[in-house]
Amino acid sequence: MADLVIIGGGPAGMSAAVSAYKKGIKDILILERDSSLGGILKQCIHNGFGLHKFKEELTGPEYAYKYEAQVKELNIPYKLNTMVLDITPDKVITATNEEEGIFQIKAKAIILAMGCRERSVGALNIAGTRPAGIFSAGTAQKFVNLEGYMPGKEVVILGSGDIGLIMARRMTLEGAKVKAVCELMPYSGGLARNIEQCLNDFDIPLKLSHTVVEIHGKQRLTGVTIAKVDENRRPIPETKEFIPCDTLLLSVGLIPENELSKTADVVLNPVTNGAFVDQDRQTNVEGIFACGNVLHVHDLVDFVSEEAEIAGESAADYINGVKEEKTDISLSTDGKIRYTVPSKITAKKDVKIYFRVADVFKNVKINVHSGDELVFSKKAIKVAPGEMECITLKKELLGNKSELKFSLEVL
Amino acid sequence: MYDVVVIGAGCVGAMTVRELTKYNLKVCILEKENDVSLGATRANSAIVHAGFDAEPGTLKAKLNVRGANLFRTVTKELGVKFINNGSIVIGFNEKDKEHLELLYDRGIKNGVEVKLLNEKEVHELEPNLTKEVKYALYAPYGAITCPYELTVAAVGNAMDNGADLKLNFKVTDIKEDKGVYTVISEDGREVQSKAVINAAGVYSDKIASMVGDISFTIIPRRGEYILLDKVNGDIVKNTIFRTPSNMGKGILVSPTVDGNLITGPTSFNIEDKDDNSTTDEGFSLVIKQAQENVNGVNYRNTIRSFCGVRAVGSTGDFIITAPKKGFINAAGIESPGLSASPAIAEYIVEMIKEFMPLTKNEAFNPIRKPMHYFKEASIEEKNEIIKKDKSFGKIICRCETVTEGEILEAIRTNPKPSDLDGVKRRTRAQMGRCQGGFCTPYIVNLLSRELNIPVTEVTKSGKGSYVNISKTKGE
Repeated sequence: MADLVIIGGGPAGMSAAVSAYKKGIKDILILERDSSLGGILKQCIHNGFGLHKFKEELTGPEYAYKYEAQVKELNIPYKLNTMVLDITPDKVITATNEEEGIFQIKAKAIILAMGCRERSVGALNIAGTRPAGIFSAGTAQKFVNLEGYMPGKEVVILGSGDIGLIMARRMTLEGAKVKAVCELMPYSGGLARNIEQCLNDFDIPLKLSHTVVEIHGKQRLTGVTIAKVDENRRPIPETKEFIPCDTLLLSVGLIPENELSKTADVVLNPVTNGAFVDQDRQTNVEGIFACGNVLHVHDLVDFVSEEAEIAGESAADYINGVKEEKTDISLSTDGKIRYTVPSKITAKKDVKIYFRVADVFKNVKINVHSGDELVFSKKAIKVAPGEMECITLKKELLGNKSELKFSLEVL
Repeated sequence: MYDVVVIGAGCVGAMTVRELTKYNLKVCILEKENDVSLGATRANSAIVHAGFDAEPGTLKAKLNVRGANLFRTVTKELGVKFINNGSIVIGFNEKDKEHLELLYDRGIKNGVEVKLLNEKEVHELEPNLTKEVKYALYAPYGAITCPYELTVAAVGNAMDNGADLKLNFKVTDIKEDKGVYTVISEDGREVQSKAVINAAGVYSDKIASMVGDISFTIIPRRGEYILLDKVNGDIVKNTIFRTPSNMGKGILVSPTVDGNLITGPTSFNIEDKDDNSTTDEGFSLVIKQAQENVNGVNYRNTIRSFCGVRAVGSTGDFIITAPKKGFINAAGIESPGLSASPAIAEYIVEMIKEFMPLTKNEAFNPIRKPMHYFKEASIEEKNEIIKKDKSFGKIICRCETVTEGEILEAIRTNPKPSDLDGVKRRTRAQMGRCQGGFCTPYIVNLLSRELNIPVTEVTKSGKGSYVNISKTKGE
């Protein structure tokens, strides 16, 4: 029995734990599958973390340690090397570790903070053989940064997600030759700063509208055939080019790890693959909250921490029986804006709304309508799928609205 | 000197060597790869066919029906997954209907329970079939299994009963002198035996030619598959076949014993017996036909696409012959080869009896501990196991919930795996939706430790398939 069980001891889980503790919840348990707290940040040894949150530039482990230190100072209990196997809708958690075996805990509230996984090469149906030397970028990152091994020395990267860009630089610094980064879309899926610092600074070509069409090699990868794609993302045969390489890294998307959420009957948004949540980051199951990359994939850990604080504080309120009068306003989007988090808000407080767009647009207006009434509007010079956007809706604007529609107007 | 040597550790070789250990014989199985089950057995549809498809009177028909009957017992003994899920052959038009009636007649002649279904009946049985499906043949005893699990278990059980396994033994020559065969490998090893069974799959014509038998050839045939996540695993209960046409059997849609959905195979004859590469044309065909068969096959749930190479014999039937005293071919074992494999093993032993007196091995133990006993145990049983060995409390593969204990046990159990794919086939670690994204580094370390080799020597699938090539600069 515990008041609050947090699934995952990465940046989201730790931040949520600290926030809930500060709101008076002492009976907390963090369950972490790995051998230390910190989650994926432990292998992100590059800098660029914390600019928003701490106004300084930190490495991943440094950023994680800021929270780990607080968890330890506050004596917030956590179990390492502990894997959660199941969560029931009435909040019974089944987990396993070496010391206790398989055990169950009943929680008053649960915060889901399991993070995300990488889309694998298997999902892509690339023609050719299935040799060694093909890794998702994060797996390669773990080998290089945590295990101290080099997966290869001549590299092609498919997908320009941030981990792929970071690994292009990392492999280069370790002496590998990164021959190309191929991106299926006509724009990169990563942050502009990463394109600059990880590719351009090292003269690594970014081939937009390109993909890998064939894998070669029997035992170990010997090369890939790449091709330009047309506007329907179909490879153009005449543009096929063979690149010899021993390593193919994939950075083709991240998927929130919600297999456990499903066992608890949490309803998922097919667009984000994360739960539908309200402004408190509460899912459809009362007392189950979600935050961080398990909810929707973030570009910056700073926003993960921010979201986790909301979830931690809300879970504390829930456990303490704080009941605010709520009005439900449901949010919808026009397609150019793919989704919003949260997807349901109250008119009783100011709410920050995070969203992503479906394509690169320049000179746009983000409009929020209630029926025909324009409730909110904001201009932006450029928006891109790789950069999460955020607006704040003041409670005064929300009044007695019951639904809001987010749309993007190209000026 | 062995009494019998089996060349090739696919499902036929494995079942045969196990069958041989039921007798007082010194037996050995030779495999050119670094693990068992790496030929056609590695990548096929995993179906135990009921037996209505093969033409009555052929070896295929006889051994399919007998094999399917033996399968339930054999898989139980070996602790291998087997689900009697049923098979449905679907028809879209009058021409298909006629062929279904032909299959029905064959089924009756082969002694297989079959039933013709009308449109309403088939849709009641499988609500997710597309509305274009008008006719069907239903075989309630069609089943599914796991071919590489069967092969690993059969070889392991044979080894428990005294058989030897020699890996990386690529046969390059066979000499016969006064009734003694000397089988020679590429690296110069020699094995002597009174009898030789040729179960070398796509290479069985080459092996037969080493003793002068050039009566048949084997054509390698590519079969590509797309495997989907378990979220799509229950859209059909039965295995859904299309009505065969002159374009082949077409693409099937079936649940797997592990709860995934398998779609495939394509069917293209190829030149290179080792060419298991997939093609864009293959993927298009699989996707198109699977979606014609069943609604809701969502390829966004793809977790793996792969290709197997089938050994198609030049005679049209299984080639189980004795071209020379003491030398038996088990060749051209294409579909329904997996289904027939337990019966092929029996059949071969009967052939051996004709020239070698066999006495029963009273010590033969047919039982092998299931590879998935931990997974299937209750929480209480699991906790008992964890108390004795805490590594069973530690999850390594999250997607398939595989513990360190299960992986270590697999690495230490005959036939022992020596690479990542070997661990994958035995434990399912790396076989889930993240395809080893998280667990590969852990398993690399376990293999390095258990095999006592440096991390840089750990391979994905044998010789040359290194996972890491060197240490980083700082190490």
